Amino acid sequence: MGYPLSMRLWRGDRDGGALQDFTVEVEEGEVVLDAIHRVQATQAGDLAVRWNCKAGKCGSCSAEINGRSRLMCMTRLSDFGHEDVITVTPLRAFPVVRDLVTDVSYNYVKARELPAFAPTPPDADGKRRMMQQDVERGQEFRKCIECFLCQNTCHVIRDHEENKPAFAGPRFFLRYAELDMHPLDTHDRRELAQSAAGIGLCNITKCCTEVCPENIKITDNAIIPMKERVVDRKYDPLVWLGTKIRRRDDRTEL
Amino acid sequence: MSTSELETHAYDVVVIGAGGAGLRAAIASHESGARTAIVCKSLLGKAHTVMAEGGIAAAMGNVWPDDNWRVHFRDTMRGGKMLNHWRMAQLHAQEAPDRVLELEEWGALFDRTKDGLISQRDFGGHRYARLAHVGDRTGLEMIRTLQQRAVALGIDVFMECTVTKLLKDVDRIAGAFGYWRDSGRFVMFEAPAVVLATGGIGKSYRVTSNSWEYTGDGHALALDAGASLVNMEFVQFHPTGMVWPPSVRGILVTESVRGDGGVLRNSEGKRFMFDYIPEFFKGETADSEAEADRWYEDKKNNRRPPELLPRDEVARAINSEIKAGRGSPHDGIFLDIASRRDAAFIQRRLPSMYHQFKELADVDITAEAMEIGPTCHYVMGGVEVDPDTGVSVVPGLYAAGEVAGGMHGSNRLGGNSLSDLLVFGRRAGLHAGYFAYRHRRRPVRVHQQQVNAAAEAAVAPFAQDGGENPYTLQRELQEVMQELVGIIRTEDELTESLRKLADLRRRAGELSVEGHRQYNPGWHLALDLPNMLTVSECIAMAALERTESRGGHTREDFPGTDESWGGINLILTNDAGGELSLQRQDLPRMPDELHELFEVK
Ligand SMILES: Cc1cc2nc3c(=O)[nH]c(=O)nc-3n(C[C@H](O)[C@H](O)[C@H](O)COP(=O)(O)OP(=O)(O)OC[C@H]3O[C@@H](n4cnc5c(N)ncnc54)[C@H](O)[C@@H]3O)c2cc1C
Ligand code: SF4
Ligand code: SF4
Ligand code: FES
Repeated sequence: MGYPLSMRLWRGDRDGGALQDFTVEVEEGEVVLDAIHRVQATQAGDLAVRWNCKAGKCGSCSAEINGRSRLMCMTRLSDFGHEDVITVTPLRAFPVVRDLVTDVSYNYVKARELPAFAPTPPDADGKRRMMQQDVERGQEFRKCIECFLCQNTCHVIRDHEENKPAFAGPRFFLRYAELDMHPLDTHDRRELAQSAAGIGLCNITKCCTEVCPENIKITDNAIIPMKERVVDRKYDPLVWLGTKIRRRDDRTEL
Repeated sequence: MSTSELETHAYDVVVIGAGGAGLRAAIASHESGARTAIVCKSLLGKAHTVMAEGGIAAAMGNVWPDDNWRVHFRDTMRGGKMLNHWRMAQLHAQEAPDRVLELEEWGALFDRTKDGLISQRDFGGHRYARLAHVGDRTGLEMIRTLQQRAVALGIDVFMECTVTKLLKDVDRIAGAFGYWRDSGRFVMFEAPAVVLATGGIGKSYRVTSNSWEYTGDGHALALDAGASLVNMEFVQFHPTGMVWPPSVRGILVTESVRGDGGVLRNSEGKRFMFDYIPEFFKGETADSEAEADRWYEDKKNNRRPPELLPRDEVARAINSEIKAGRGSPHDGIFLDIASRRDAAFIQRRLPSMYHQFKELADVDITAEAMEIGPTCHYVMGGVEVDPDTGVSVVPGLYAAGEVAGGMHGSNRLGGNSLSDLLVFGRRAGLHAGYFAYRHRRRPVRVHQQQVNAAAEAAVAPFAQDGGENPYTLQRELQEVMQELVGIIRTEDELTESLRKLADLRRRAGELSVEGHRQYNPGWHLALDLPNMLTVSECIAMAALERTESRGGHTREDFPGTDESWGGINLILTNDAGGELSLQRQDLPRMPDELHELFEVK
């Protein structure tokens, strides 16, 4: 059965804004994004909001719903009471463009800073062989839909703009870990994970893991092992002796 | 507007679209040495391709060594009811395996076989298990891989930037004009070559698996620039979309559910697909449940289950069952994998379907059947292109991916889109790059009046108050297409649809939008609407003309496939007065050595 939902939506732009009240008729089974779309179609045609798939697959519709980092298309109205007011605000870690849309270019900059995958040559038949168990961890990390909710939640940058240049954030620690664990990669990015991406600034609070809509175990499966690998490298006796004669593995250090 | 205040960029090749086709085209264009830019409406990595689930079709022979390009070619042509451009289907089948291996080279992590090769899964209409996949999120893997590759190559990306007009210098392409969505400011690209990779048109229907981006921009831009569209009557309704709750109606349920053992049942619990096996596919389809079930293990000695017939057949069958009153409680049909595979298997093979039903519908697909029904999914029709190069009839204008036509004939097989994006994206990108190089001493000139006209058209919706609400108009358009130009069509309804579309067209000239130009979705929609109307008119006109049923086009008043239509393509162009005009054109003739593949042994 339908009912009138009370919503408070943040409206404004770079120069400031405020919460605005709306009441909108909603139906059983709907999600927050449906309610926002109805506000848009009937009350505020210029309400800015990002979305694409409406099925939790593209990571476009990230926002803060009653203060929590979530996907609007995967947050069901049935999680709230009919009397509850639902407040939706833009991601706080990124500059506002307009209403619920933020400028997430920080993440695209960080993606560019990360050296690409560089595989070993294929086998004689032109194919590559990898065992399922060896790719599974990487596959878990590649489930990432780049919603940037983890980035938004991480306290290192959430209220600390000054840390952004030195810190790539959990989404990209995931990428470092993915490449480090890739069975065929020939590059060693451990030094970079530390120096360029700032993995050392992470103090394993696990807030990122809690908000990940893909349920990726960012901290346990990616960040902690990556931190260990970085340490490993530092105390690798051969590297430590400064010799280039034989590395612990035969990857090229970047 | 004077050129000095307009943001202007010059490139050799501008690729419009950052889905699989656009990214692959840009990579190829860059590698050909051309200065290349990508322009896209959404953020990078969010294009439709990200939503693809099941896999990429390629005859790699990793699971069934007997598979090869000829078998894939034959399946593709038969799935398209022989209306495909044979040369596209041939190139596609021949090159898809290399394109998949290339993704692996760039970092994709596909699911593996026991021997460590890329695993391949069963899908409708494919003789062998042929779809390279990553669980049921293959599109995400593909777009991320291509995106990371494009970024590594340093290709310039203009994201959240919408193109509204292609610019021309006499008969050649001269560039593109558009606006930044965030600021609403205009931007112009000067380029001798443009690749359209804008995807499809599904947002013109109410029940659809497609997102807000699928407003047929590329189709409309191409027509406007003088290119032709082919096969627009063929729209694919995917048999399995979610039907409940209403807010998720249309969201896709991947064909992998059936490929991995799921079956369709009506309200009486019957596997009704056995009643709907057409003559054309009788020889290769199982006629008993026992044989169908054996097929999953032993493909040599058994025929395929009818649930894996091409999509048009399955969608029509579901439609008939629902009409006959044997549907599920919410006007769908049951898709059951719970009773056929164990929970661990389902969660491993179909993780995002499991997640999607659990989160959005409170349904545990390992324990109960899903309710599903047809949903608008894909357009086979698109820009008419030269198969080898992807060039349209306009010099410098290329098209690849869902926006291009011809490859899939009257019906696309599952998995053949992702491979299409890679094969023809690469070809279009390369040839656009070569074109720019060949014409380097004949630079194009952008004509100021075209730019001014484009700018004026773009701000027109702000000019009047009290006009129509674009959201309301979009809703009505979707209603017209859903009800009158849907899965089953008749002459009366199609004629009526054209009348209603003309009326909507008139009203679309009187839109009003509120607010200002910064990130204003109402304004964006107002600019997308004319494109939606154009493609809708194209579909309805071609559907009215083709008096037969074939693939994705079913006429209740002409239920049979008519051989005299088997060699005819319908071509749409804009005539001198800007009106749509429709012509019949002969289908290109397949060479004899390929023809032999279809002779019954
Ligand atoms: C839910 C779902 C599942 C699917 N599963 C499969 C599958 O398993 N296998 C398979 O083979 N196929 C599948 N398909 C089909 C396939 O995903 C699409 O056909 C394909 O991804 C289209 O790719 P594309 O590169 O042509 O366009 P898209 O990926 O849609 O990209 C279009 C791009 O064009 C841009 N664009 C559009 N208009 C403009 C404009 N005016 N200005 C600037 N930019 C513009 C968009 O922003 C976007 O970047 C599926 C489709 C859906 C919806
Ligand atoms: S675990 Fe590390 S990366 Fe994640 S939120 Fe905490 S500090 Fe940030
Ligand atoms: S890791 Fe999870 S939370 Fe972070 S961007 Fe990826 S999907 Fe989103
Ligand atoms: S719209 Fe794609 S994740 Fe929400």
